[in-house]
Amino acid sequence: MDIQTTAQIINFLAAMVLLTAFGMLVQRRIYGLIHLFAWQGLFLSVSTAIVGYAAGRHHLYISAVLTLTLKVILLPYILNVLIHKLKIRKEIETVVNVPLTMLIGIALVIFSYSLTAPVREMSTLVTRSILAIALATVMIGLLMMITRRHAVTQIIGFLAMENGLFFAATSATYGMPLVVELGLFFAATSATYGMPLVVELGVAIDILIAAFIFGIFFFHINTTFDSLDVEQMARLKEGE
Amino acid sequence: MKFLPLLMEIMQLLLLLTAAPVFAGWVKMVKCWSQGRTSPSLLQPYRDIAKLFSKDVVLAENASWIFRFTPYIVFGATLLAGGIIPILSVDLPLSATADVIALVALFAIARFFTALAGMDIGTAFGGMGSSREMMIASLAEPAMLMAVFTMSLASKSTSLSQIAYVIANSNIHTVLKPSLAFAFLAFVMIAIAETGRIPVDNPATHLELTMIHEAMILEYSGRHLALIEWAGMMKLFLFMSLGAAAFFPWGIAGAGNMAAIPVALIYLIIKFAFAGVVLVLIETGLAKMRLFRVTEFLGAAFLLATLGMLAHFILE
Amino acid sequence: MPLLILLGVPLFAAVVLAFVGDRKYAPEINIAGSAATFLAGLDLALDVYNNGPMLAGNKFFFVDAFNVYLAVLTSFVSMTTAIFSRRYMRREREHGRVGHWGMRFYHAMFQLFIFAMLLCLLTNNVGVLWIAMELATLSTVLLVSLYRTPTAIEAAWKYFILCGVGIAQALFGTVLLYFASEKVLGEGGEALLWTNLIQSSGKLEPTILSLAFVFLMVGYGTKVGLVPLHNWLPDAHSEGPTPISAVLSGLLLNVALYALVRCKAIVDGSTHTHYAGNIMMGFGIISILVAAFSLLRQKDIKRMFSYSSIEHMGIATFAFGLGGPIATYGALLHMLVHSLAKSSIFFTVGHASQMHRTQEMDKIKGLIRGNPLVGWGMMFGAMAIVGMPPFGIFTSEFLILTATIKDAPLMTPFLLLGLAVAFAAVFRKVQPMVAGEIPPYQKSMKVANAPVLLHMAIVLAVGLYMPVFLNQWFHKAVQILK
Repeated sequence: MDIQTTAQIINFLAAMVLLTAFGMLVQRRIYGLIHLFAWQGLFLSVSTAIVGYAAGRHHLYISAVLTLTLKVILLPYILNVLIHKLKIRKEIETVVNVPLTMLIGIALVIFSYSLTAPVREMSTLVTRSILAIALATVMIGLLMMITRRHAVTQIIGFLAMENGLFFAATSATYGMPLVVELGLFFAATSATYGMPLVVELGVAIDILIAAFIFGIFFFHINTTFDSLDVEQMARLKEGE
Repeated sequence: MKFLPLLMEIMQLLLLLTAAPVFAGWVKMVKCWSQGRTSPSLLQPYRDIAKLFSKDVVLAENASWIFRFTPYIVFGATLLAGGIIPILSVDLPLSATADVIALVALFAIARFFTALAGMDIGTAFGGMGSSREMMIASLAEPAMLMAVFTMSLASKSTSLSQIAYVIANSNIHTVLKPSLAFAFLAFVMIAIAETGRIPVDNPATHLELTMIHEAMILEYSGRHLALIEWAGMMKLFLFMSLGAAAFFPWGIAGAGNMAAIPVALIYLIIKFAFAGVVLVLIETGLAKMRLFRVTEFLGAAFLLATLGMLAHFILE
Repeated sequence: MPLLILLGVPLFAAVVLAFVGDRKYAPEINIAGSAATFLAGLDLALDVYNNGPMLAGNKFFFVDAFNVYLAVLTSFVSMTTAIFSRRYMRREREHGRVGHWGMRFYHAMFQLFIFAMLLCLLTNNVGVLWIAMELATLSTVLLVSLYRTPTAIEAAWKYFILCGVGIAQALFGTVLLYFASEKVLGEGGEALLWTNLIQSSGKLEPTILSLAFVFLMVGYGTKVGLVPLHNWLPDAHSEGPTPISAVLSGLLLNVALYALVRCKAIVDGSTHTHYAGNIMMGFGIISILVAAFSLLRQKDIKRMFSYSSIEHMGIATFAFGLGGPIATYGALLHMLVHSLAKSSIFFTVGHASQMHRTQEMDKIKGLIRGNPLVGWGMMFGAMAIVGMPPFGIFTSEFLILTATIKDAPLMTPFLLLGLAVAFAAVFRKVQPMVAGEIPPYQKSMKVANAPVLLHMAIVLAVGLYMPVFLNQWFHKAVQILK
């Protein structure tokens, strides 16, 4: 594979990541949402592997495999089980004005593009344009968390945002040592190149703890409010 | 003007006129097969049109000239659109005078008059159909333009011939462009809406709750109806060839290359046979949407087209 | 070595406490762990005081005057909080607000939280800084929802989601930082070390760093609780158990501000302008004003003091943004005295609300007659926090105000307005609570007064006479942040 083809494929995958982000933004059904999330993880993982191959950063392979297991298999599975256990309604409440949300999403993409334009000009990496897509994915995840009023959806938005960060860290910078996922294990922690791996491991542990916490939260919210609708959480207001 | 391109132009128009009903028949045929029914012959649409031409026209008492002229305008505009889309060859004299934006405008003229005619009689159905059609049009046309712009960004021209030529002669790097993939997805969605297929509209129904296009032309009869039906088939054919020209132009004949025409024809038949199957798969796989969901459907098409454009700037 | 103890003890204590659970001696282990941490912190501080800044653990840790003073402060306040929480949590257990598992969880997570904050302060790697910050959030999320009431769960969810979002922006900023530094420092861990970054900050691309700072500001600014990113703070600080409110308000905000200031130093080195400082000043002054006016509307006692925390963090952020030796000195001092005063206020607030079984200020009355130590504690705490002389906060605010008049005179009226409104608001609310007759529903009880007295004594002492070593310390820190 020559470098141009690789860049082309990575760019294509980036576009697919963005597309899945938009898909999640407007998806109503909760299972559909989880599927889209899994797809996004898959694109991400393939893209990471290709970057690893093209740039000769072989530790990215491990990141890719971990993304695959964590984001494509494990987290969607956990979410599915949770939804099943908690007997959540299959249909999410209607999303706030789909066309408007989409337009805001597009505006966010443009915003991310203009924001990262100076960075893009300074970089020589073939994957430099990924940064804009990654930031857009982060922003869209954020938008999703704001517009959705359901605990599970908000968490998926959170995870999608996290995907965007991961994308920035691996693809845009050719695999920052701070690879945002489970990272590498201690075995790979050699003395010279060790610190960044500690970083990776740390971030991974944080993500795992976060996953645990949201699982616990689903149960707490569900038992306390009899629903995972965040709309009901409106007791804490100013000047009650 | 040179002789060869002119000949090409005439051949293409003839092909459009003759092949459009066959394609419509083919779609019906595949659909019947997929549902396990015996299908009518490929030539059935010809027979329908012929029968309609032989019948008398029944006009409503209060029909104005708009109502009478509309079938001809629609037919003419659609035929003219056939002159600028490269179906067989990119070497079209009309293509130099009218680009893809003119194409969108031609379809818009046809639609505008259909909508007017629908309201002209003053029946409830006609007005309802017109209002629904215009709602869809107001969403589909921006999306269509956006998709078209994305295509022209990739090939740096708004001329359809030029787009087809550039894509046909490009290497794998151009074809893998994410912007084109987005534009293609958007285009498929718009084409479904524009040609009134499921899940947006159902051409086979006359159920008042759901019909859109059929509601507008409910009052037509005889040769008027024949022309409108024929124009409808041509429109479907044209959208298919537009998709083929912009996204899968391989095999299309180059400029001045008369010998390539038979090959182009064979490619065309294969492409259209395949396109018909895909169309049927979409139609049988999806249920018709409620009307207010159409806005979201077309909004998604617009989004995809815009994303394609953004992807062009960001990633390419 | 003291470094290892400093970080190892809380982590070890967290594991031990997770196993000890709800046993009778769990609070004592908690106190012992925190005390050991504090002693290790003192030892480390002494080391740095005598030998200057040091790198340790393969450049993984970096200790200088700036972070070691915060580390000592963190370990000290966590120790006094542990002392306070012994009796407080026991009473909550008796009242049935916390269960068996809740207590186990509380103790273990308390120590883990201390560990996360210390790691955040002492690490040299900006990536690990982020991780530790996130760990500090995660370890406290479930503590906020410890009571399992609808409001507590709502507050914790808000805390989790908003801080999660915020901290993600900070990670993006960190990625951008790496993006810029990788070109200068090469790939790998070296490019994320703060000491390397600050050394070669002049060579880093200013455009990228300016962009990175926006994300870092939003990210860490959310954790500092700066307006308009503050929505989670009053909820999280008011719904959790009071000891947690004390450490959240007193310590975690400081640590987040520390992260922000470290990042600012790198950005300043690259851009050579007052760009980062201006952003911080803007956030700071808005926080001061919004928080001051919000104070007026509060009915819940813990919410009110949470807003006061936002105000004070706004002051410190503003001062760091202002830059210059006087303002920076003032900001450092302000972090110290605010931390001590605010945690001591939360201790007395905890006592007062347990005495009245409510957090509503309308129902809390006659504290001085009911329990003089609690009453006067709250009175003096409020006096200290609004910046009355002779308490330390007066000194720090005075320094910051002087620097503002000198360097940014246009900001002075806004700063003064914020301070005045906050002064009036807090006094108007605290006065009726401490004075007056004892209401019939007030219960007298034994309280842990040592932490309150200790904190107030230090705040007062710093206000009256600045110890020489502290003074030198701050001067060193000011040098670092110049």
